[in-house]
Amino acid sequence: MEKFRYLPMTEKDQQDMLEQIGVDQLEDLFQDIPKDVRFQGDLNIEEALDETKLVKEMTRLANKNRNVKDYPSFLGAGVYEHYIPSVVNHMLLRSEFFTAYTPYQPEISQGELQGIFEFQTMICELTGMDLANSSMYDGPTALAEAAMMSAGQTKKKTILVSKTVHPEARQVLKSSAKGQNLTVVEIDEKDGMTDLSHLETEYNDDTASVIVQYPNFFGHIEDLEAIEKIAHQGKSLFVVSSNPLSLGVLQPPGVYGADVVVGDAQPFGIPTQLGGPHCGYFAVTKKLMRKVPGRLVGQTTDDHGQRGFVLTLQAREQHIRRDKATSNICSNQALNALGASIAMSSIGKQGLKEMATQNVQKSHYAKKQLEQQGIEVVSKQPFFNEFVIRLPKSVKEVNKELLEQGIIGGLDLARFYDDKQHLMLVAVTELRTKEEIDQFALVLGGIK
Amino acid sequence: MSENNQALIFELSKEGRIGHSLPEMDIEEMDINDLIPTQFQRKENPELPEVSELQIVRHYTALSRRNHGVDSGFYPLGSCTMKYNPKINEDVARYPGFAHLHPYQDETTIQGALELMYKLQRSLEEITGMDQVTLQPAAGAHGEWTGLMLIRAYHEANGDHQRTKVIVPDSAHGTNPASAVVAGFESVTVKSNEQGLVDLDHLRELVGNDTAALMLTNPNTLGLFEEQIVEMAEIIHEAGGKLYYDGANSNAILGITRPGDMGFDVVHLNLHKTFTTPHGGGGPGSGPVGVKQDLVPYLPAPLVQKDGDTYRLDYDIPESIGRVKPYYGNFGINVRAYTYIRTMGPVGLRMVSQFAVLNANYMLRRLEPYFDAPYKQHCKHEFVLSGKRQKKLGVRTLDMAKRLLDFGYHPPTIYFPINVEECMMIEPTETESKETLDEFCDAMIQIAKEVEETPEVVQEAPHNTVIDRLDETTAARKPVLRYQKES
Repeated sequence: MEKFRYLPMTEKDQQDMLEQIGVDQLEDLFQDIPKDVRFQGDLNIEEALDETKLVKEMTRLANKNRNVKDYPSFLGAGVYEHYIPSVVNHMLLRSEFFTAYTPYQPEISQGELQGIFEFQTMICELTGMDLANSSMYDGPTALAEAAMMSAGQTKKKTILVSKTVHPEARQVLKSSAKGQNLTVVEIDEKDGMTDLSHLETEYNDDTASVIVQYPNFFGHIEDLEAIEKIAHQGKSLFVVSSNPLSLGVLQPPGVYGADVVVGDAQPFGIPTQLGGPHCGYFAVTKKLMRKVPGRLVGQTTDDHGQRGFVLTLQAREQHIRRDKATSNICSNQALNALGASIAMSSIGKQGLKEMATQNVQKSHYAKKQLEQQGIEVVSKQPFFNEFVIRLPKSVKEVNKELLEQGIIGGLDLARFYDDKQHLMLVAVTELRTKEEIDQFALVLGGIK
Repeated sequence: MSENNQALIFELSKEGRIGHSLPEMDIEEMDINDLIPTQFQRKENPELPEVSELQIVRHYTALSRRNHGVDSGFYPLGSCTMKYNPKINEDVARYPGFAHLHPYQDETTIQGALELMYKLQRSLEEITGMDQVTLQPAAGAHGEWTGLMLIRAYHEANGDHQRTKVIVPDSAHGTNPASAVVAGFESVTVKSNEQGLVDLDHLRELVGNDTAALMLTNPNTLGLFEEQIVEMAEIIHEAGGKLYYDGANSNAILGITRPGDMGFDVVHLNLHKTFTTPHGGGGPGSGPVGVKQDLVPYLPAPLVQKDGDTYRLDYDIPESIGRVKPYYGNFGINVRAYTYIRTMGPVGLRMVSQFAVLNANYMLRRLEPYFDAPYKQHCKHEFVLSGKRQKKLGVRTLDMAKRLLDFGYHPPTIYFPINVEECMMIEPTETESKETLDEFCDAMIQIAKEVEETPEVVQEAPHNTVIDRLDETTAARKPVLRYQKES
């Protein structure tokens, strides 16, 4: 019998257990599987590796990649490389957290439950909303869920979404809308902002929600006050997708009357890891409390009056309500929500403002340096930590030259917008040093 | 409230403390009012805690001590496959070459990641017997919805718009009917028979030209193999429907039988169950979906393809149902799953399922004298017991579950599947030793005796946990979902 370190079964165990069961051999336990569908032989997958060889192979794969720690990166577009305090990883490696299941037995899950209750509170604080759930898969699926919820709440069928919302979020939204037979209408973009007159034109009695992003995909700060007025003409919901770090300096969407605020907590302590897993968040006003998808943690007490936490309002959820549930979501991103909470605790009240401000300052410094190098900055609107520049040739070619200089350039906007050839979306976070920004500007300035 | 309360991180906060070390500002700062117009600037800072690094460490360490994971002790939570989460997987997922990649990097700079994804796709195709796998779905329920959207696209492409019904067994996970509805279908329930298997006569009555699909978990949630799977596949296919495999219970079948060979058209896997990626207290998971050839045209883009020695993202899927997840799925989780597959290889994976099944049958036979076992046949990787006998003595399954906490165990799944009275669903997994199984069985037997002799000990359990049973009614009636600073 081959041995594996995760399989404690010995040959003696096996014999003793078969005897207790009353069968002669292992095979007898599989007689209920029809012969025709029994798999013969070994699966055609790679052979097992011992730990040393495994490490070598996985290291080989990892080293084939160029990572954003070794190469200064100016990529953002929904996924950001930020300062991650060392404590985040140390606390996440407490295996009582990561090897636990969903906290259905509160007596032995108080740690996880309290951690999530604290996460919910932090998201409320950041967004200015009444309550938040325990997390969603990511920002874009949270946005799609918000749209579905708006249709359920308003009994209307049309979703208005600005083209300044992340293109992949709009793609996910359209896929989800197809499932529910909803119509998605995209609102034009004008100078990198939501075209308010187009929004006004498209808004009608069938509008379930108006969805915008703040700061938007181009980094620009949308005029939520004006959009809210249009969104709330009728009964539709006003949904704002927001980078939570930006809310360290920007007015929270709650102040502007948003009904739902969604986004991704990835900027807080979660590595970029090729785009996932990250951590969607979902925050609403009190009146939508019973419509929220996913898990909610609530505070209560035990017989002795001791404070404790439980999963609550579960009558919304699939394991109770089955086909009548508010969503099919089951697993979420609990561990990442915990990681984000640890990061937010570490960064803290003052640190949040400082970190957000650093993003504003450094991105505007980069803008200035690029202008000095003769690069056209397309963004004329106020922005947070991202902005758009025009290049003399395709972004793909420019990025190749940047890479030769050891720099990972920004996003090629032509990837998502046909009318944005030669436009690059540049993200500058607090991690980029003066030297890296200067070098980036210098190399770009030299490209003809 | 009690003075023994575990403090919230907000209650540790004191103005002026910090727990961070932000990068120094190495540039000349500009006036913020020149950069962000004042009307957009936040007026009041959000109330995040102000705590030192050690306070953070103590706080989260204290919380972790109030939590039970697989590393803390046995966790036989049925249908959740709480097996050991290998440490090496955590190391590998944290390699900078995996953890610090940006999804919009040029493909030439992420060849290792794409190679891993490609090989994981191929491995999962072989394990499930399907033609093409997408790694995009974030979790099991997300995979279910994706799979159903694929089926819907297939029927619509054939002009079969009347196929609006998805058949789901009464023993199915709640996500099945919920996913069907979210994908725009109506969910219809097929009954189980006395052997705990799908009632074929009832299934025959239900199918018709409005059948879009049958969703099936096999082995089912009672831990029983649907022996008539080939007939069921015929019934569904003859009616023009598709057969959907809920992979939640794949831990029983690795290298033993494959959904693709059983006649399934679509499969999702829960990598956080079968392939050892951690449950994380509820996520993140990963829910890859595999399909047969006739559904490949509808898969979400991109897929990873191999051209010679290079790997690329293929977006050219004109009939795709569209994107279901930003970027490329939960890559960090997929790294862990691939690491596990490479650890076990074909022989190891088969042994996983053999031992998972052996462990479950052993426990079933040890426990059946003391509890009602509604199904007599051999089980697969999990089994159900009923607490009917104990209920007659005034002790409910919930009480017995709470009593198990006193022994340091996470209880089994209870009151699911819904078609078994006072249900306990037990899944030991292959990573537990015989000694652990025996100790757990001894505890269960002791509890069964307590029910007869000293029922109050069970009814009033737990006795040793950091907190007693909580008032869930008040939590739902007067929800407190966030901390508010006392003013």
